[in-house]
Amino acid sequence: MRGATHAKWAAGAVIVALAATACGGGGSGGGGGADGIVSSSWGDPQNPLEPANTNEVQGGKVLDMLMRGLKRYDPKTGEAKNMLAASIDTSDSENFKVTLKDGWTFSNGEKVTAKSFVDAWNYGANLKNNQKNASMFAYIDGFDQIHPKSGSPSTDTMSGLKVVDDKTFTVKLNQKFSTWPDTLGYPAFAPLPRAFFDNHAAWLSKPVGNGPYTVDSYTKGSKLSMRKWAGYMGEDKAQNGGIDLKVYTDNNTAYTDLTAGNLDLVDDVPASQLKNVKADLGDRYINTPAGIIQTLAFPYYDAAWNTPNAAKVRKGISRAINRQQITDTIFQKTRTPATDWTSPVLGEAGGYKAGLCGDGCDYNPAEAKKLIADGGGIPGGQLKISYNADTGSHKEWVDAVCNSINNALGNDRACVGGPVGTFADFRSQITQSKMSGPFRAGWQMDYPLIQNFLQPLYYTGASSNDGKWTNADFDKLVDQANAETDKAKAVSTFQQAEGVVRDQMAAIPLWYQNGSAGYSTRISNVSLNPFSVPVYDQIKVS
Amino acid sequence: MGRYVARRLLQMIPVFIGTTLLIFLMVYSLPGDPVRALWGDRPADPQAMARLRHEYWFDRPVLAQYWHYLSNVVTGDFGSSFVTGRKVIDVMAETFPVTIRLALIAFAVEIVVGLSLGLLAGLNRGKLWDKLVLVITLLLISIPIFVLGFIFQTIFADQLGWTTPTVQNSDDITQLILPGAVLGSLSFAYIARLSRTSLAENLRADYIRTAIAKGLPRRRVVGIHLMRNSLIPVVTFLGTDLGALMGGAIVTEGIFNVHGIGNTLYRSINQSDNATVVGIVTILVIVYLLSSLLVDLLYAALDPRIRYA
Repeated sequence: MRGATHAKWAAGAVIVALAATACGGGGSGGGGGADGIVSSSWGDPQNPLEPANTNEVQGGKVLDMLMRGLKRYDPKTGEAKNMLAASIDTSDSENFKVTLKDGWTFSNGEKVTAKSFVDAWNYGANLKNNQKNASMFAYIDGFDQIHPKSGSPSTDTMSGLKVVDDKTFTVKLNQKFSTWPDTLGYPAFAPLPRAFFDNHAAWLSKPVGNGPYTVDSYTKGSKLSMRKWAGYMGEDKAQNGGIDLKVYTDNNTAYTDLTAGNLDLVDDVPASQLKNVKADLGDRYINTPAGIIQTLAFPYYDAAWNTPNAAKVRKGISRAINRQQITDTIFQKTRTPATDWTSPVLGEAGGYKAGLCGDGCDYNPAEAKKLIADGGGIPGGQLKISYNADTGSHKEWVDAVCNSINNALGNDRACVGGPVGTFADFRSQITQSKMSGPFRAGWQMDYPLIQNFLQPLYYTGASSNDGKWTNADFDKLVDQANAETDKAKAVSTFQQAEGVVRDQMAAIPLWYQNGSAGYSTRISNVSLNPFSVPVYDQIKVS
Repeated sequence: MGRYVARRLLQMIPVFIGTTLLIFLMVYSLPGDPVRALWGDRPADPQAMARLRHEYWFDRPVLAQYWHYLSNVVTGDFGSSFVTGRKVIDVMAETFPVTIRLALIAFAVEIVVGLSLGLLAGLNRGKLWDKLVLVITLLLISIPIFVLGFIFQTIFADQLGWTTPTVQNSDDITQLILPGAVLGSLSFAYIARLSRTSLAENLRADYIRTAIAKGLPRRRVVGIHLMRNSLIPVVTFLGTDLGALMGGAIVTEGIFNVHGIGNTLYRSINQSDNATVVGIVTILVIVYLLSSLLVDLLYAALDPRIRYA
């Protein structure tokens, strides 16, 4: 019977298919809830978990648990405090001598020595290794040879780094940079064990570090289990048994799991839930300043924006924006109206100065209208604020800013939003200097220094000076501040430079962004550090 | 039979080349510079960007890129993602089993529930049961799948507490039942309707009357004579649906946080990660081709009049 044979063929094929899928199984035991273990929401890190290759917050969370460098930023104040460094000395702001503390080891038993740092930094800077944070090492002498502008590196080591003995090494910078030691809390400066270099693939699938936690298991794309390391030398020992980082592709889903009791900590409360968060979580919702400022940048390569009168127009636009109303209604107070160009997390001593912007950031529609008219009106007759429409729900606030401007000017067509489909396209248009009007600019600090909020953004030719703004006075003041060995003086010189930014209204400051998080009744003592990363080691499980 | 299968397998080669080329061109034509986007709002490093572009062939003409990709695929090398640096084959080995299980659950749900409802309605044409099935399927067809996902989440997890609202461990097949049911619900409504119509029609055919007149037991009349002939349209639908289920898992996987190909594909498209996108879609195309081949072979099993030479 032919039909029967055919049926056998088909059935056989189906069985093969089923068997193939069954083989893929082999589930691991799941779920949090074990003693002292905190489950936390996570996103798949974009890059491999190498310290010098991690430039976003998800990978940063892991490194913050796994690695400790010379310095660490205090989770509360943001101050750079010695961690592995016993001392970092300099007499000329250019040559530094680093001495390490005794007794630190990696969790695999290997000692943390001067070589662990020098090897790691050379690896991070080397062009061959394609590390995204390579530019962090650009101040070290010899960077141009290991990371040349064109061609291949001519060396594998930077000449500015010299190992003296097991516990000492020296660093020679290629310019004066008095606050350089304070940048060393950035994860890219972490030491690396030999295992990283000897068996790179194995290290990546189960990273080994010297921090308060060790990696217990890592299933890429779904879950990373960190466990407390008993042999940890530092004072910030983990106060819980471990952290399970669970990957969520959508922060709404994570929030659902938090409210259903399947997750202990969500460090990114979705915008759509901000209205309910008080009712859902009560005081288990935290909303604290993070080192992020949002601004509107302008294209100074466009002649129309690069005139003395245009500064008046920019100031007028700034005064036409009702920041308070927008942060209250659209952001539900997860943003704070900005009154300078830095961030409150720096603290007064670090250079944050509330009100530095002066009346330029005060909402006053009548004055705004006058200023813009004085300045000759908006170039081109219409303001178009560009933003990327794919992530971050920027449309809402851009439209609100435009409404605010339109109301102030009494003209429905004065300002419109200019969405760009994807982030990649948005960035391309910015780097190719194709912007014709203001565009969304966000800056997340690398390290809590006022220098980091000014130099990369407004210095002539700086890496993130997307609007190509240039001002000789500003550049001079920044150079002065960097050469200043006295920290307080350096900060006040930077603030003078910030005054130049204000007078020219180089960019319109909008608001400081907060970090938000919600947590379950199981855990307590939850806080966010200035980088809006949860301070995992301090979390207590009840 | 064997020759027929061989011929069909050979026909898959041009289809395979055509689809991969199309997908490759589509990902390539997405606006913006995906390499620059890796640095986000931060300053990018031009030297590292140049190296990445060279390493992943972005600095060569698109057809050369495609040729490079295709010649590697033939040797079983799907390349690696320029975003994560991971081998695409590893990513697929992790995510495909999850989605295949999810799709098979959905498949099982639609066959079992869909066919029983179809049988119930088809054998009771015009009666209360028929009307009831009609209403249920109408509801399912008209509700978008993400709405259904949230409704199921609320009812079964939040209200009844039978399960967790999202999938805690994607490798645990019992947790995939809820998302699987959501995924299969639209299709089981179609199957119920298809089988109902086909059963109701064949019920009045001459050969069924003959079978009943011969005095065959009702079980045999319905189970063998009626079902076998009525299933042809249903099998056609099922075959194409298996591919659709796997591709359509994007929404369901998002709602229930299942770490399958849907989520991976969504993220990769956002990042213009062409190696991963093309790799996953290529496998989906192959699944689709194989399942339609399977359907054609099943025709012969169901209807002895159909022969392949």
